[in-house]
Amino acid sequence: MTTTAPTREQREAKLEGMGCKRKRVEDVRFTQGKGTYVDDIKMPGMLYGDFVRSQHGHARIKKIDASKALKVPGVVAVLTAKDLKGVNLAWMPTLAGDVQMVLADGKVLFQNQEIAFVVANDRYAAADGAELVEVEYEALPVIVDPFKSMAPGATVLREDLIGKNTGAHGPRKHHNHIFEWVMGDKDLTDAAFNKADVTIKELFSYHRTHPSPLETCQCVASFDKIKSELTLWGTFQAPHVIRTVASLLSKIPEHKIHVIAPDIGGGFGNKVGAYPGYICAIVASIVTGKPVKWVEDRIENLTSTSFARDYHMTCEMAATKEGKVTGLRVHVLADHGAFDACADPSKWPAGFFNIVTGSYDFPVAHVAVDGVYTNKAPGGVAYRCSFRVTEAAYCIERGMDVMAKKLGLDPAEFRLRNFIKREQFPYQSALGWEYDSGDYDTAMRKVMDAVDYAGLRAEQAAQREAFKRGETRAIMGIGVSFFTEIVGAGPSKNCDILGVAMFDSCEIRIHPTGAAIARMGTKSQGQGHETTYAQIIATEIGIPAADIMVEEGNTDTAPYGLGTYGSRSTPVAGAAIAMAARKIKAKAQMIAAYKLEVHEGDLEWDIDGFRVKGLPEKTMSMKDISWAAYNSPPPNMEPGLEAVSYYDPPNMTYPFGAYICVMDIDVDTGVANIRRFYALDDCGTRINPMIIEGQVHGGLTEAFAIAMGQEIRYDEFGNVVGGSFMDFFVPTAVETPKWETDFTVTPSPHHPIGAKGVGESPNVGGVPAFSNAVNDAFSFFGSTHIQMPHDHWRNWEAAKKFGLHA
Amino acid sequence: MAKTHVTMTVNGEPAEGLVEPRTLLIHFIRENLSLTGAHIGCETSHCGACTVDLDGRSVKSCSMFAVQAQGAQITTIEGMAHADGTLHALQEGFRMMHGLQCGFCTPGMIMRAHRLLQENKTPTEDEIRFGIAGNLCRCTGYQNIVKAIQYAADKLNGVPHKEAAE
Repeated sequence: MTTTAPTREQREAKLEGMGCKRKRVEDVRFTQGKGTYVDDIKMPGMLYGDFVRSQHGHARIKKIDASKALKVPGVVAVLTAKDLKGVNLAWMPTLAGDVQMVLADGKVLFQNQEIAFVVANDRYAAADGAELVEVEYEALPVIVDPFKSMAPGATVLREDLIGKNTGAHGPRKHHNHIFEWVMGDKDLTDAAFNKADVTIKELFSYHRTHPSPLETCQCVASFDKIKSELTLWGTFQAPHVIRTVASLLSKIPEHKIHVIAPDIGGGFGNKVGAYPGYICAIVASIVTGKPVKWVEDRIENLTSTSFARDYHMTCEMAATKEGKVTGLRVHVLADHGAFDACADPSKWPAGFFNIVTGSYDFPVAHVAVDGVYTNKAPGGVAYRCSFRVTEAAYCIERGMDVMAKKLGLDPAEFRLRNFIKREQFPYQSALGWEYDSGDYDTAMRKVMDAVDYAGLRAEQAAQREAFKRGETRAIMGIGVSFFTEIVGAGPSKNCDILGVAMFDSCEIRIHPTGAAIARMGTKSQGQGHETTYAQIIATEIGIPAADIMVEEGNTDTAPYGLGTYGSRSTPVAGAAIAMAARKIKAKAQMIAAYKLEVHEGDLEWDIDGFRVKGLPEKTMSMKDISWAAYNSPPPNMEPGLEAVSYYDPPNMTYPFGAYICVMDIDVDTGVANIRRFYALDDCGTRINPMIIEGQVHGGLTEAFAIAMGQEIRYDEFGNVVGGSFMDFFVPTAVETPKWETDFTVTPSPHHPIGAKGVGESPNVGGVPAFSNAVNDAFSFFGSTHIQMPHDHWRNWEAAKKFGLHA
Repeated sequence: MAKTHVTMTVNGEPAEGLVEPRTLLIHFIRENLSLTGAHIGCETSHCGACTVDLDGRSVKSCSMFAVQAQGAQITTIEGMAHADGTLHALQEGFRMMHGLQCGFCTPGMIMRAHRLLQENKTPTEDEIRFGIAGNLCRCTGYQNIVKAIQYAADKLNGVPHKEAAE
């Protein structure tokens, strides 16, 4: 019997490396119900914690009486701020430099704020106990509107800050003011506006919403008194940061804290920060000596742990009458709720909002952001976006549309006239960023051709005439959006979280048989890291992806990393993988040279091993090199084949994309039918096209939800309206539009494999595409801007306002 | 609280336990029976992560008491793979068509799709979308879930399935 050597194509295919649609490794367990999520963890003697929460938006707490609760069979303890003060944990630091009450200390500042933590031997008893804790309140005036927060006589929200005129980010202008953050050149910008032919000024409010992953935030804390060690399982997007914060707060040495993030049921930014539930579970475990589980329910999730957005952006733009932008000025009023609990890099109180010049060549710009307190839940996190990039993209993309209308230009044409050109990269933006690479014209034109943009505009004009003649009750909107993201935080020169630099890491160990394990500082919440990271290694060092196990989430075994959010996994950890793999490859080359009795320089890489240049039959595969590395390394070489890399990126990456949305709005019902949504994404090098498409579908669906209805609203008394899935819009398969996807590839020049990250792009670019479509439809009837979310009622109201019901 | 003895058949095996009258079926399945495939995403019957098959119907097990399942025949995600360990057509379809990401909705989604394909062996795309409207997914945008169910329908009907995941 003869066997033929595999062809090059067969060897390539066997690797399942970068660029192939590798099926996901994770799915084998998830499709069989064998994932391990936090609530699946069961330990002997485990107790359950449940919160007593505030009924009021703002009130003084006169008295907390837990006596009835403590009589409930099964209730073990009730913790209040008084108990936490004993261990100096009544308050905790936020990632944004503020402090936050763990349990209400003297007063409550938002509805559903945590007041007491009831610990019991099952979850039903804990809930029974929580019902019976009696809290006596004295109601205080409530502020829910951020525009009223800094009024002269406004009630004082944060009494702990009285007399503190300086916060974590500089001077405070008012007792309800948090920070002012300013970027750009004011004088040059003012000058540009003074000589502008055309200017616009418009308030774009990006409403408060919530990431609402299907699995809520939860943890199990287990303190071992004998060993003085704490093990904490939790839904953590950044497990190492949680370990460091837990150590700093609890004074337990960091090596005695074991943080484990098991499978996570979606995160979208909700699971980056530290929440009172984690602290209370830890304290309860220390107090009771037993493991304590805390699982928030959906209402608690939507109303207490980390909202997103609530940015109110006044956008001013200057342009020549020929349609060239000459200046941008933006003021933002940022509503952070009761505590500034952003999860941005610590020195960036408004995140990377200064990406607000977008994809356009603005010579000058100026931005000022004022953060204020209100009686709403604390936050705001980056919901499927790099820090405040969604807000910035919405601001500039609405601004471009409003300006285009004022100039009488088509919005796509106006964008084309103002794009940063391909030859301008690397491009220095007026607000301080260096864009790495881009080809905006090509992307925009590809999408316009794909949807027959000119044809759509002609159809829209015809439909408008038909509407005026009374032949249809629908108006057609075409939404154009072109976004530039900034992801991959980030370079240690300007990015840290509480002083921890935002590098990321990878450790690869090749086993003697040529199989491997890679351990990472990041943590997947559905992104498929176990699948895609292995593809990078497969391409880099020729080991089949199927032979590589990727492990994340255990801080005892994983190298320190900053976790997964802000689309940073591929830009930062993906780079660390390539760098670690290249260290291994360098050693492998030395081993191969010794074994093949040639100089290292005489070898060349060939798919899955080295071969001697000019002698293609003289080869050594990575599999054979792996065995040799352990068992017969060259003299004076240490055995083994492993490497670790901590990657501090030299720059951010700048993914971009062009989206077009076509919709028909029924003016009598307000129902918007999304007829077509075409999304082109350029995320640089594509590791797994199947997973990229999946990420784009998911991100567009979240963008659809946010733009078209999803909102956390408060009434004037501080009551949350829309705090369950009954009221909070999460689209089903029926409402969700069908997505058409496309791509161009413009690699990042500074990233080892040229990849830029993609998970958040569709949310960043999607929201303005939907909103621009709605606004486009109404713009022909006299509207300049309609605030989101564009639910049926608001669409109906707009139709009424502009006389379309007659 | 006084407890009630419940017996039922879960994934073909007899199951029993002592529960409070108020114990939710999902808690009985997850905690008493240690079958943690079905998940809890909302506790208000909106998300469908807890969906199991009960006496030939899709049931959101967070909205039913364990005592109401007295004597019932229940199938959970753990009962879907074949005895020889090979995956059910739906499990295979979800993997092949990239119908899942974080995996939290997947067990409920597959159980619902399983019942849907019993009710309608050749559903159209719209029928699939309507048929799974009680199950929320935050990751996929449903497009590949629809394809996964079409893949499974084709496989169960013995029809070759051509389309690849996007």
